[in-house]
Amino acid sequence: MPEPLLDIRNLRIEATSYPPGEPPRHVVLVDDVSVSVEKGKVLGLIGESGAGKSTIGLSAMAYGRGGVRLTGGQILLNGRDIREAPVGALRNLRGKEVTYVAQSAAAAFNPARKLMEQVIETSLAHGVMPKAEAEARARSLFAQLGLPNPDTFGDRYPHQVSGGQLQRAMTAMALCPKPDLVIFDEPTTALDVTTQIDVLAAIKRAIHETGVAALYITHDLAVVAQVADDILVLRHGKKVEYGSTDHIINRPEQTYTQALVSVRSIDHVEKTAAKPVLTVSNVTARYRGTHFDVLKNVSVDVAPGQTLAIVGESGSGKSTLARAITGLLPPTSGRITFAGRDLSRDLAGRTKDDLRELQMIYQMADVAMNPRQTVGTIIGRPLEFYFGLKGEEKRKRIQELLDQIEMGKGYENRYPAELSGGQKQRVCIARALAAKPKLIICDEVTSALDPLVADGILKLLLELQAQQQVAYLFITHDLATVKAIADKIAVMYKGEVRRYGSKTDVLTPPFDDYTDLLLSSVPEMRLGWLEEVLAHRKMESAGN
Amino acid sequence: MHPVLKLVAQRIALGLLLLLAVSAVIFLGVEALPGDTAQAILGQSATPQALANLREKMGLDQPAMVRYFHWLGGILTGDLGKALTNGQDIAQAIGQRLGNTLFLAACAGAISVPLAILLGLVAARYNGRWPDKLISGITLSTISLPEFVAAYFVIYLLTQLIPIFNPVAMVFPGMGFWEKLHAVALPVIVLVLVVLAHMMRMTRAAILNVMQSAYIETAELKGLSPMQVIWRHAFPNAIAPIVSVVVLNLAYLVVGVVVVEVVFGYNALGQFLVDHVAKRDLPVVQAVGVIFAGVYISLNILADVIAIVANPRLRHPR
Repeated sequence: MPEPLLDIRNLRIEATSYPPGEPPRHVVLVDDVSVSVEKGKVLGLIGESGAGKSTIGLSAMAYGRGGVRLTGGQILLNGRDIREAPVGALRNLRGKEVTYVAQSAAAAFNPARKLMEQVIETSLAHGVMPKAEAEARARSLFAQLGLPNPDTFGDRYPHQVSGGQLQRAMTAMALCPKPDLVIFDEPTTALDVTTQIDVLAAIKRAIHETGVAALYITHDLAVVAQVADDILVLRHGKKVEYGSTDHIINRPEQTYTQALVSVRSIDHVEKTAAKPVLTVSNVTARYRGTHFDVLKNVSVDVAPGQTLAIVGESGSGKSTLARAITGLLPPTSGRITFAGRDLSRDLAGRTKDDLRELQMIYQMADVAMNPRQTVGTIIGRPLEFYFGLKGEEKRKRIQELLDQIEMGKGYENRYPAELSGGQKQRVCIARALAAKPKLIICDEVTSALDPLVADGILKLLLELQAQQQVAYLFITHDLATVKAIADKIAVMYKGEVRRYGSKTDVLTPPFDDYTDLLLSSVPEMRLGWLEEVLAHRKMESAGN
Repeated sequence: MHPVLKLVAQRIALGLLLLLAVSAVIFLGVEALPGDTAQAILGQSATPQALANLREKMGLDQPAMVRYFHWLGGILTGDLGKALTNGQDIAQAIGQRLGNTLFLAACAGAISVPLAILLGLVAARYNGRWPDKLISGITLSTISLPEFVAAYFVIYLLTQLIPIFNPVAMVFPGMGFWEKLHAVALPVIVLVLVVLAHMMRMTRAAILNVMQSAYIETAELKGLSPMQVIWRHAFPNAIAPIVSVVVLNLAYLVVGVVVVEVVFGYNALGQFLVDHVAKRDLPVVQAVGVIFAGVYISLNILADVIAIVANPRLRHPR
């Protein structure tokens, strides 16, 4: 048996956290994890946020973010233990033997330098190859990764190329110095599904053609199933299950892995429409000072107790539609009727009831709440503002709302910082419900949450809908979520509604080209899915 | 038109407009003072007839608007009028002193700016460790000393203990460049001590701010040395805030150094201004005021332009 390239044995990682107003606390981030990667193989690290995947990934470079310390075990890279290697030796290894691809390439590239300079920087700094050779290699990697105009691509600045292209450029940057091991840290998580599939295919091809070994970190099991040879499932910094991809996907042994593998547990039966509460007809809108329409002739409606899902990739106009409905972006033409009355185009012309009956929940619950107000104050504000509730009455209603979001007693005096991500989103839901709305616009409300937590939020939203007959306008790019909760779907692309109707109609073939691309790009939890889709697409384009 | 050119043109146009507004404010401010130039020349005991005659002769009987534009036209053609106290041509009197002022400021700037940035980079590199504390400690104590105390200290040190410089910074026309440099050495040292800390702290803060970015982690994971990370990846993204503080200090070196001029007997604009304020020589005060405003505004435009050019998003639009 060949000696593994990377052999992590009983790794323990600790950090010191400084909670406000409390003494510093030691936390164990990773506990007794052993894993190994052979030359040319890909290991997938999977788990929800806080599972320690990135921490383990970075430990392969003996790097700890912030106050993170690698306190125990061994990290053998090419046979020598790097855990306590001196800084100089580590500097020599980082970027030369092991390289890193970050989640957000947009933030990980220096905005002030050209892409080529950054891509070849490592090769030059470590003296791996002369400049001309490094540039030639970078250009061939650009071509290999399917970047446009590979010969001149490197002359651009990061802000001049798209997110998907940057992610590929980052992969080129990692592969350029011919490392033994590349760490991919959620490289496709920030991308649209339609872009993700291309980047995923490019990464997979590049790994195969260069014969490099890789650690592939993600929270999306369906994605890792496409690229990894082995998978390590992590939870709370501990190993849950470790085995071949085939084993983990097809024959998981642990309950947690089984929960991850099983598709969403929500089974939602589509409701038929009553008289709509919100009707958007032929709405066209553009931002001030620009010359193109970001919404083109959009018409959709949603009935009480129903969910209309708006899907599309970033830039398709999903959130702009929400801004038009809420009055933040007055449409240039078209009509919006709500609860039987015409809504004024701009916010200033709307009545207090208009505002009350139309609430919003946002993607980032963190920034949608004032960090210096308690949960009670946050939920109590709409009660005071819309209904004039005070004192005991208000307190009772707050408790009622907290019960509805399944958070119970003792939470009204907490601050947002003391809540988990899922709890924060629940508080935002309670705040929206406090106004007794007829329609809630949910803008990517589960995108920032781990799958199992997101599942809980969706279930809660559905329960509340059944109780209170509130309508949802659910904006998302996640098609699995759509399948779980929608009654109607509008597929948006470049400001237009491409496909619109009941869930069954929209998701049943024949599809238009864009919907087909969108639906077929959603990773499926089985081996070989990526190859199938790509082969299918190749065949179709050859047929045309 | 390239967006950068457009932005730069906008800044310059705005600067000119601002300068015009400042000139009006200066004129109005002097106008609002009790008495006028004729009164100042003839004194309290002048007869109304004599005052009227002089006013007519000097054009002071014209409405303020007319006199403002006459004055403004003079400035634009280089005619700043005559000083009341000695009837000397103001432009001529200012010209040489302005040269001295700019020479001193340029010398102090040429040393303090690179030194402050270098110290800032080193302090950021060793953030929180002893080199950082040492640099911050020294520069903060020199900025905390009043200028004249620092000046006397430097004079004592470099003319008495180690007598290599002259305590009086006399410069006159016809002096060679090196001679002049030797003459201004002491005031330059004092000014460097005074402006160093502000620029150093800003460089350090701007670099440390950028060091939080994700691309700095990328650079660290490339195995670059800390100084390479700071110089190649952090500094280019910290230029704008650093430049804005640098020009504020340069402007100070031009317009705010009267104490140092007085201590070293250096014949420059600050001292000239203070003298004429004391003598109520209003045309001179107006003229110097406009020059100082011009220096301030043009240096700040320069900072804006550098910040614009340093921004790749503006330099290379999509």
